[in-house]
Amino acid sequence: MSTLTTEGGPVVPGRPSALTPRSPRVGEKVVYAILRSASLLTIVITAGILVALAIPAAEFFAQVPVTDFLFGTRWAPQFADASFGVLPLVSATLWTTVIALVVAVPFGLGAAVFLSEYAHPTLRAVLKPILEVLAGIPTVVYGYFALTFVQTTVFREWLQLPTEAFSVLAAGLVMGVMIVPTIASISEDAMSAVPQNMRQGSAALGANRMQTTVRVVFPAALSGIIAAVVLGISRAVGETMIVAIAAGQQARIVENPLELGQTMTGFIANAALGDARVGSLEYDTLYAVGLLLFALTLIINFISIAIVRRFREAY
Amino acid sequence: MSVFAPISRQIGEGTIRGRARGGDTSPASILFLGLLWLSLLLAFAFLVTLIVTTVIEGSPRLNAMLLTEFPASRPEEAGARPAILGSMMVIGFTALMTLPLGIAAGVHLEEFSDRNNWWNRIVELNVQNLAAVPSIVYGLLTLGALSAIGVKDKNIVIAGATALSLLILPVIIIVTREALRGVPIEIRQGSLALGATPLQTLFRQTLPSAIPGIATGSILALSRALGEAAPLLILGALVFVSFDPNGLLSGYTTMPIQIFNWTGRPQDEFHILAAAASILLLVLLLAMNAIAIVIRNRYQKRW
Repeated sequence: MSTLTTEGGPVVPGRPSALTPRSPRVGEKVVYAILRSASLLTIVITAGILVALAIPAAEFFAQVPVTDFLFGTRWAPQFADASFGVLPLVSATLWTTVIALVVAVPFGLGAAVFLSEYAHPTLRAVLKPILEVLAGIPTVVYGYFALTFVQTTVFREWLQLPTEAFSVLAAGLVMGVMIVPTIASISEDAMSAVPQNMRQGSAALGANRMQTTVRVVFPAALSGIIAAVVLGISRAVGETMIVAIAAGQQARIVENPLELGQTMTGFIANAALGDARVGSLEYDTLYAVGLLLFALTLIINFISIAIVRRFREAY
Repeated sequence: MSVFAPISRQIGEGTIRGRARGGDTSPASILFLGLLWLSLLLAFAFLVTLIVTTVIEGSPRLNAMLLTEFPASRPEEAGARPAILGSMMVIGFTALMTLPLGIAAGVHLEEFSDRNNWWNRIVELNVQNLAAVPSIVYGLLTLGALSAIGVKDKNIVIAGATALSLLILPVIIIVTREALRGVPIEIRQGSLALGATPLQTLFRQTLPSAIPGIATGSILALSRALGEAAPLLILGALVFVSFDPNGLLSGYTTMPIQIFNWTGRPQDEFHILAAAASILLLVLLLAMNAIAIVIRNRYQKRW
């Protein structure tokens, strides 16, 4: 909307020579170069991530076959008969992510619909910052809460659930609440962007607020809402501290949400605590799991971007 | 995540919505409204429970010792002094590194790059992507980079600040772009018409008008960095630090790491310390959020 010039100043072909600036403005060229290199830095960072993850991961896969890593069901990198099947970590990540989404999607969308379609502007101005506070709480504090209150007090003392000190359920539930503001904020923006005359048209045809919301606003904002949910998934997959504190540190295939389990991020955080020497298989294992995590979130992000492009309804 | 679309929020708040009031007479629509209320209510109930239980648990140790003492193996003597100083130092350096870079990149992408150029589209797509990369990956990146240049002791302030800078750089770029997008094109056209060069227009008109938006988003991004522990954990910040950090190459620990450390201990006294430090961190973050909201409400111009 606001691109004024192309790179390097206003060069217009065929411009009268009398209007060429008297000073060459070398300083401006330098500033342009600085601005441009700052934006190039982002590409360098991505390349850096790829290289930093790929090199140790390649050394890892030189020793452990890719199929053993991806489809193996036993994760025991520290043991004498080491085994590098990543499925136990993936199963715990899957559990915590699914549980988090079961919490975050309905509550996030409910909050978004209320804020965008129902709340009076004054009420909205109060509610929205409170919701944003939830997004600002550090994940260690969430993790501490999941471990001491949700798992220990609620699950074990109040509900007497058959669970040990950790569970993927407690970690997943709290992670879901953490993601509620992300989903609420982005899908509310999408719904607020739906033009007012569509609501008015719907109301004129006799629809009440619920019918307007569900049949007109929601479908019109669908691309933004799906993007919000997908971003929620990618945050859940990548979240580290909550699962490192509350989900447990034992890598095993999780069959029941009350069991403990170690997620991919939980493994990386935990393994980094032990002083892994650079170049050791232990160190390379970190990067193999990191690469898998990065690849997963990358795929999820591209799905999100593609959905927004494909289904966006421009008004 | 308030950073993503202030533009549409402005439109939402600025226009009077002519939606019908009432009309929720059928049982289905009353139930629907009830469910909406419930979802907000439960989210807030969770927030209240979290704060109340943390305050109750942490209040016995919420005293001056928490601020002045060093960590100790005996919980009654332990405090979070080096963690507090470490957090401030790391966040300070993070801001110094990431703000100029992020604002410069945002300005370039929004004001001076040709949107139809394939290369610039890739840069844009890449920024979107980086914003959603898990924080722990930035820790792995920094760890790998430090190993590559042969740094042995990775628990240094500059390493932590680098990891956090990488983490919030895409967010700063995105908020800068959105703030610039909110400045009407007429401001730029007027300035150019009066003979200012594009850069003079940027530095004297566009950027000053966008500063409140950039400041709000940047404070929120920095508060995220302040609460972040995962990348620092990878860089070995979970160590026993019994001295104040005193420079770029000094060892350090931060408040979230200290909380993680105390949470992992078996003794209950350490859990109380973790709760007390959590309250401190929450107060700090809420203050930063409040400042950001005040800037947004007071200084942000609406055209």
